[in-house]
Amino acid sequence: MDIPYTVEERPDTGLFNAKLGVWLFLASEVMLFGGLFSAYIFLRYGAPVGAFHEWGQELNIPLATLNTLILISSSVTMVMSWASLKLNDFKKYKLYMGLTLLCALGFLIIKYIEYTAKFDHHIYPSTNTFYAIYFTLTGLHGLHIIGGMIVLFYFWIPGSKMWDSKPEQFTNRIEIAGLYWHFVDLVWIFLFPVLYLL
Amino acid sequence: MDSHNHHEEPFYRKYIWSTDHKIIGLQYGITSLIFLLIGFSLMMIMRWQLAYPESAVPLVGSIFGEDGMLLPEIYNSLGAMHGTIMIFLGIVPLAVGAFGNYIVPLQIGAPDMAFPKINAASYWCYFVGGVVMMSSFFTAEGAARSGWTSYPPLADIEVGQTMWLIGMIFLITSSLLGSINFITTIIQLRAPGLTWMRLPFFVWAQFVTSFLLVLAFPPLEAAAVLQLMDRVAGTSFFLPSGLVVSGEVLGVSGGGSPLLWQHLFWFLAHPEVYVLILPAMGIIAEVIANNTRKPLWGYNSLVFAVVFLGFMSFIVWAHHMFITGMGTAMSAFFQTTTMIISIPSIIILSAFFISLWGASIRFNTPMLFALAFLPMFGIGGLTGLPLGFAAADIYLHDTYYVIGHFHYVVAPGTIFGLFAGIYYWYPKITGRKMSELLGKLHFWPSLIFMNGVFMPMFIQGLAGVSRRLWDGGLEYAHASGVLHWNEFMSISAWLLGLAQLPFIFNIFYSLKRGEKVDKNPWGATTLEWTAPSPPLPHVNFEKIPEVHRVAYEYSVPGRKRDFTPQTEPKKG
Repeated sequence: MDIPYTVEERPDTGLFNAKLGVWLFLASEVMLFGGLFSAYIFLRYGAPVGAFHEWGQELNIPLATLNTLILISSSVTMVMSWASLKLNDFKKYKLYMGLTLLCALGFLIIKYIEYTAKFDHHIYPSTNTFYAIYFTLTGLHGLHIIGGMIVLFYFWIPGSKMWDSKPEQFTNRIEIAGLYWHFVDLVWIFLFPVLYLL
Repeated sequence: MDSHNHHEEPFYRKYIWSTDHKIIGLQYGITSLIFLLIGFSLMMIMRWQLAYPESAVPLVGSIFGEDGMLLPEIYNSLGAMHGTIMIFLGIVPLAVGAFGNYIVPLQIGAPDMAFPKINAASYWCYFVGGVVMMSSFFTAEGAARSGWTSYPPLADIEVGQTMWLIGMIFLITSSLLGSINFITTIIQLRAPGLTWMRLPFFVWAQFVTSFLLVLAFPPLEAAAVLQLMDRVAGTSFFLPSGLVVSGEVLGVSGGGSPLLWQHLFWFLAHPEVYVLILPAMGIIAEVIANNTRKPLWGYNSLVFAVVFLGFMSFIVWAHHMFITGMGTAMSAFFQTTTMIISIPSIIILSAFFISLWGASIRFNTPMLFALAFLPMFGIGGLTGLPLGFAAADIYLHDTYYVIGHFHYVVAPGTIFGLFAGIYYWYPKITGRKMSELLGKLHFWPSLIFMNGVFMPMFIQGLAGVSRRLWDGGLEYAHASGVLHWNEFMSISAWLLGLAQLPFIFNIFYSLKRGEKVDKNPWGATTLEWTAPSPPLPHVNFEKIPEVHRVAYEYSVPGRKRDFTPQTEPKKG
């Protein structure tokens, strides 16, 4: 006896299991980053007036803007890769998934450049509470990118054989991975103004 | 997993790397019972120190130093680890991991959990977290000693905390994976005909519990990450400017706030209280309905109460922080929400009490534990009310009164509920009943000594004895009148330990010698009793059941039997 609704939707809920599972996971992620954003508000409120803004002047806004664009593009290619599978075009899927991974890699490289520039100027998490929360939030977000990349890479090359045996389930998996990827993108869209612009 | 596979799975596949919810439930159950015993043993050592503060600890004293005395820092370690082990490694994994895993899929008529592999991952994260926690005792620094609440700045600078935080991150991941699985399973895998209001109350309790875990644990994970950053990367999230430690100003940037930790911590830890109690309430509901042979009184109000309770539990956390100086407006808000949340708890407890009315009760062991749960949890709940009022809390905060209050909720409350569950479902798991005689030998002394341990705590607490004292208040004049209770409580605690021996023996004895039973030894209505005992590996049921009735059709007038299983079709 197999577990029901792994691929097909349950009629009364309109969901297959993994889709509900990933939404619940994202809810918990909202609470995780929500906790950290509240910590940011709490610390900013407790700091001397204007200190957070002043400390943040060292950050590189053009690079971060570029990174925002890169990450949004990766979300677009992610959707395209899923849509390609829906349209039965496996080659296009490979292309778009590859582009998504490339964008993610680009994001991490730029993040690395930003981090090393800070370290060169002797700015560390221990410098002040702004950089403490900056490095914690962006670091945790970076870990989410890396985690996502591992999963996407698996679906790009080793796990893509599933397309031949169970195309519907494979498409579902890409949809699930995509939901996670958009979430990570969304977190950055909050991080960018909060850390760089405010 | 291939269920059409007729040859036996190898041992490691069947019992170690299993993805079968029943095996995982048993893994959770056995591991968490062992942790409960370890956590309890730590407390028995501490109770020696409190009863006889100036003498060497017998038996195990040699571990603590040459003269066998319990040093204050070791006492603090034992206290912090007692709380951590009991809550995060003992009760939650037993109540949610073990009972949830084993019983929920059976009660909703599902072949397994929705994500069997994630389920296994959840157990192994828990296992690793437990190993990290326990191994911290053997590191050079020793185990965490900043209390289970890990309040900074102490926890930021005191030794042993790093291992605690790493262990917690594993435990949080484990319960996250588990609770996502429970919610998905309950929503998606209910058997045909099993609508929401036909669910057994135990499933509802687990459902709400899982939501609390999914939404409340991540902020603690965030807090743990921040505290780890404070300890490892030198940040000052929880360290204020100009903090003086051992006569010197601490060399950090400062600017952080210890209150931030308390907010993040209690945002988890208050819902956590309901994580501890709701599954036990679910078990009590099943046992009471079954042994009163009556429908549970007020099923609908129970369901609405438990959902409301879950929602409210997110907005009461700062009642743990009345004396932090957060201001009267905040205190007024949180004491109001705290009073509101007592309403659904009272609805649930009242419904259980009313369910007993006019019933011909079967006084078997599970029912005895369930009956004891009601007044014990009642005492725990009612003594919480003075703590929920800011004015009264200022006096009672951090005294033994608080310890007495929450132990009444968790020890003779939740743990009695869990015992009831073990005695009640043991026949389903093994195909044999547990010995009634040994069960009663377990129950009566446990009930007496539980009260012997915790009732005097209220007396000491009202006299103003602080919960943190290594010598139990020996140096304080105001404690001298109530100090003699320390020995009484300690002896009760050790006798309580002895009272668990019949239970441990019973588990093994009944495995071989217990009375053999059929599918449904208690004459119960819910779905798990339509599966074979033990349920079939990986698939549970011979055929997915179909549900036609509400959960508790007991003693319906005009029917031949005094129970009607949920699977019995309606006539006409």
